Amino acid sequence: MKTKALVITGFGINCEEELAAAFRLAGATADIAHINEVLEGDYSIHNYDVLSFPGGFSFGDDLGSGKVMANKLKYKLLPNKNTLLQELRIFLEEGNFVLGICNGFQFLVRLGLVPNVGLKFEQEATLTQNDSGLFEDRWVYCKVNPDSSSPFLHGIDVLPLPVRHGEGKLIIKKELEEEVLNKNLHVLTYCNEDGKPTTKYPFNPNGSAHQIAGLTDPTGQVLGLMPHPEAFLSLFNHPNWPAMKSKNPDIDKKGLGLKLFENIINHISKKQLKKATTWVS
Amino acid sequence: MMQTIQITKKENFGERQGANLRNQIKTLLDIETGRILHTKVFAINYSLDDVELEAFAKECLQDVITDEVFINRFDIKDQFLSYIAVAKLPGVTDDEGSSAQMALADFLNAEFDLNTQHIFSQDIYYFEKELTAVQLQNIAVKLLANPLINKITVFNQYQHKSAFKNLYVPIVNLVSDDRTEYIDLNISDEALLSLSQKMVLALNLEEMLTIKNYFNRDEIIKQREKQGLQSQPTDCELEILAQTWSEHCKHKEFNAIIDFKNLDTGKQKKINSLFKTYIQGATSVVQKSLEAKNNHWLIKVFSDNAGVVQATKDLLFVWKVETHNSPSALDPYGGAITGILGCNRDAIGTGIGGAKLFFNTNVLCFGPPNYSKPLLKGQLHPRQIMDGVIKGIEDGGNKSGVPTVNGAILFDDDFAGKPLVYCGTGALMPNQFDGKDAWEKPIDPNDFIVMAGGRVGKDGIHGATFSSVELDEHSPQSAVQIGSPITQKKLADFMAKAATQGLIKSSTDNGAGGLSSSVGELAEITNGAIMNLEKVPLKYSGLKPWEIFVSESQERMTLVVEPHKWAALLSLAKKMEVEVTHVGDFTDSGFLDVRMNGACIAYIDMEFLHDGVPQKKMIAEWKQPFVELFDANKYQDLDLEKVYRDLLADFNIRSRESVIRQYDHEVQGKSIVKPLMGNGRAPQDAAVLRFGFDSYEGIAVSNGISPRFGDLDPYEMSCGAFDEGIRQIISVGGELPNRKENDDIFWSVNDNFCVPDSEFHPENNVDGKEKLAKLVLMAEGLYDMATFFDIPLTSGKDSMKNDFKADGVKISIPPTILYSMTAKVKDVRKVVTSDFKQVGHLIYQLGETFDEMGRSSLFKKLEITAGTAPKVNKQAAKDLYLKVMDANRLGLIASSHDLSDGGLAITLAESAMDSGLGAVIDLDGLGDLPDAVKLFSESHSRFLVTVCENNQIEFEKIFGSRATKLGDVGGDEIKIKSKGKPIISESLGVLLDAWTTAF
Repeated sequence: MKTKALVITGFGINCEEELAAAFRLAGATADIAHINEVLEGDYSIHNYDVLSFPGGFSFGDDLGSGKVMANKLKYKLLPNKNTLLQELRIFLEEGNFVLGICNGFQFLVRLGLVPNVGLKFEQEATLTQNDSGLFEDRWVYCKVNPDSSSPFLHGIDVLPLPVRHGEGKLIIKKELEEEVLNKNLHVLTYCNEDGKPTTKYPFNPNGSAHQIAGLTDPTGQVLGLMPHPEAFLSLFNHPNWPAMKSKNPDIDKKGLGLKLFENIINHISKKQLKKATTWVS
Repeated sequence: MMQTIQITKKENFGERQGANLRNQIKTLLDIETGRILHTKVFAINYSLDDVELEAFAKECLQDVITDEVFINRFDIKDQFLSYIAVAKLPGVTDDEGSSAQMALADFLNAEFDLNTQHIFSQDIYYFEKELTAVQLQNIAVKLLANPLINKITVFNQYQHKSAFKNLYVPIVNLVSDDRTEYIDLNISDEALLSLSQKMVLALNLEEMLTIKNYFNRDEIIKQREKQGLQSQPTDCELEILAQTWSEHCKHKEFNAIIDFKNLDTGKQKKINSLFKTYIQGATSVVQKSLEAKNNHWLIKVFSDNAGVVQATKDLLFVWKVETHNSPSALDPYGGAITGILGCNRDAIGTGIGGAKLFFNTNVLCFGPPNYSKPLLKGQLHPRQIMDGVIKGIEDGGNKSGVPTVNGAILFDDDFAGKPLVYCGTGALMPNQFDGKDAWEKPIDPNDFIVMAGGRVGKDGIHGATFSSVELDEHSPQSAVQIGSPITQKKLADFMAKAATQGLIKSSTDNGAGGLSSSVGELAEITNGAIMNLEKVPLKYSGLKPWEIFVSESQERMTLVVEPHKWAALLSLAKKMEVEVTHVGDFTDSGFLDVRMNGACIAYIDMEFLHDGVPQKKMIAEWKQPFVELFDANKYQDLDLEKVYRDLLADFNIRSRESVIRQYDHEVQGKSIVKPLMGNGRAPQDAAVLRFGFDSYEGIAVSNGISPRFGDLDPYEMSCGAFDEGIRQIISVGGELPNRKENDDIFWSVNDNFCVPDSEFHPENNVDGKEKLAKLVLMAEGLYDMATFFDIPLTSGKDSMKNDFKADGVKISIPPTILYSMTAKVKDVRKVVTSDFKQVGHLIYQLGETFDEMGRSSLFKKLEITAGTAPKVNKQAAKDLYLKVMDANRLGLIASSHDLSDGGLAITLAESAMDSGLGAVIDLDGLGDLPDAVKLFSESHSRFLVTVCENNQIEFEKIFGSRATKLGDVGGDEIKIKSKGKPIISESLGVLLDAWTTAF
């Protein structure tokens, strides 16, 4: 059975099409649902293996990026009188996966899904205005934490991806910082082209603490990141592809960003296979 | 009771932003402010108890990590001595307030009225130093606010307690006034003219007289009597006619009869409409030529909001470029953002409607950022205009999820009065929506008129008529509009879904002239409509009926909905939180019938409304300007290396990276050639995107514009800009159209003319005839190029009064034309970029250099007025482009960059700097010209390409004498030799430093 992904959109989210394409190209099925279609019960998240929150400008970043959307999930009641956050917790308890990219990451952080070291689903960090004070679109390098257990990032070392945000500077509550690092929840950090850590702008494009570009939760089921893997599905999305291809005509035409989606789909299929086998025996 | 919540930053947060602002103030205004804090205040006009208010503040507004909240009190900090509060003026869009309302409704799970404003946001800045009120005002006006849309309050530490207590809140207090008045036109000619001026109708005497005669016709009086109307027009009727007949909507000058006289040859001709003769005329010729070769991709031209071509088997490509110059001169941010969003709506409102936005482009012309002439009354500094416009383009694209893929920025003193802000939008539609051809616009009597999106307020009243007059210090404030990209994004998402489900029969956008234009235009299809203005949802009460009808409040579309689909549309709209309202019906009565609470307030014959405007008559006279010759001996005095560095740092040439990075140029994930490639700095000739994720078919997008040559030779300027657009697309690997049967290579071009007032007036515009002649010559250039290359114009726009007048001075723009070109790219994996690829590749110039230095970047820099403008040799250009296509088909070209501003020398640097690969070249192959000409001439139809040594023989066989081998790629310097001697030797680092000077 194919892995099923649900991609949330509405109110200024704008990367839903390429995120759905990423899941499809990696072998999953993907539905795009307006957040109100989920809140009103037209779509149930429980029919899916992965729930994803794309990038964009939900509510124009008013009141802080991702804030109004997070507020909707925390307080707005579904027809069954649960909030969507309560449903999400059940969804995770059942072993499913959540991915948030850019505005989706900002939203996961405000919702308390990452880093969630306290496992209380409370906001423990924030993503605030870039040090430059500007929105910036540029390609950066991200180093995958080799000690992280995130199934999304399996087998990836350095990942070149575009960042496109004005509020990507991660700040973690002082008292939780160490725990986040100790538990290797900082799964992606900005680095130079050789994969070496650096605090220098523009390698670290926003001044993020510990150069963190992406966070997972302690279960590894939730991943949030500022850079856009869904914008690197094909080699031809890379700004330097013509030179790369000129020097190496046989270069892989797949984009490295796609790997992240293939990873999670493989992981889920294996899990399902295991489940199915157990069930048969 | 109004309650307040203030959000401030905790200690150690927000310092960086404060420091950024402090530096900006220091640099721009030379004021030392000390530390700066930025805080936000929400004034709340819902009744909430203390518990609710506090919970709302902490849960919905505060960031627990970085923010502190103050409820019904303010953060008083004794160490800060000066303050600026920036609120919105009444009725101005307040997105943050609206988002807070949404958050509150979600938080309490309560139904609130979210369509009108009850939460008002404002910004309060704290400054450490004691600043005077004048300094604070200056900071506010230059950097934080625009008095046209903002209420600015400045105060000091002694006043702050009372200032906080009496904080300004922009509640709209308008007395309801739904009266319609009659206006007597049976008055003298002078009185008619002054009436036109007083009401900002922008109608001339002949037009006023035509209207007067219409209302005095017996049968009209009788028809009106039956509707209960008196014989003289209502204010609403006059306003409708003024909007519909505005230059903006009817293009009266482009449709005028022009008497053209060439004073050099004595030849005269009569041109019956520039538009029909040259623009539509060219496309008709091209269309015939295309059809003759069995190429049928030209789907819809000039008859809708945007041009439509067949992009792939299943997809239509929609293309529209507009200008928003006047609004951007007054309110740069608001003007630019509504420009881009308005252009988006044109694309969304083409055919049935609901196209998906694919990309944006922008071309901006400003006065130089270091402009030092004294500013006229009402004139903003070019730097302020530039910063505001760029921020508007940024938010307009980024917040809508539309990539800004291509653009240009040009600087000239002549743009210091009125900037040019060109906004372009490409969109995609399936061939059909629910079994109906997507490009068609069917409407039948009894179909519903539905307004969708934002509400109507007083903002943007008279935009259409206002853009038809020159700007002066008395320009109306209500003409300013504020865009809300999120409101429009919701609307665009809704339209796409509704169209897919077959719920929309047709649509158009509400732009200039508001409902009066959109309904008036759509009603032409059925020949009539009836409108019920009381149903139109308003932002606040107090609008007069005519104001409701002509208001240009943003983010609204007019939809045509079949009665049996209304319920389904309404329910989808509700789900997606988009307001839709049934405001009228289409009829075949032959009249535009406008009602307020049942009473008829306008009843205008459809034919008179649309065809009654008298054709304008204008005079053009042309005399070739005297061309000074340049003494070639003077080239010897040039320090070429210094000139090279200076030119790289020239405002018109230096890197645009600092601007481009703020635009999201790759959202939607389909960008193949981005504005900056290679290691992130290499500028490109054209953007390339693919249409979808499952194929490599795509599109190239370029811009051709060169106003510098306009005064010298308007015909060649126009041809040159057209050539620039073509050669950029050829450079990245595009192909000319109509080379063979069924070739499936569409081209779709928009032309945008921007000219100063070209209507002769013996006192106010003495050189009007000459200016109009330039416009004619530009249009002739367009015709000749388009028909020669079989490249069709599909849509466009003209902007006719680009002058700024104040204090007895007039600043006029140079005549300018922008060709925004798009073309099919069959396989985006085969495109070519500008940056050098590998050491050892051979460097060639394709095409020929001539001594055409007039108005070149070099001569501009050296303030030399001599020299001729570059000319396009169409046949030679086409022959060369065919060869480039041949070479690209075989994959022989490794890098290609077209030669434009700054000529060969600048192109060479741009190809080298990012890659870190230098070049060693020799100019001797370029013939017998001075070195400075070879390096800096801006002759058209040329490229700088590199070729791998293995491909040299095959490459040279194709190009023969059209390719000149210059040298090869390598080293970390640009080394240029001539006649055996080194003339330039500069390290890439030095050149890069010059080129990357920030604005």
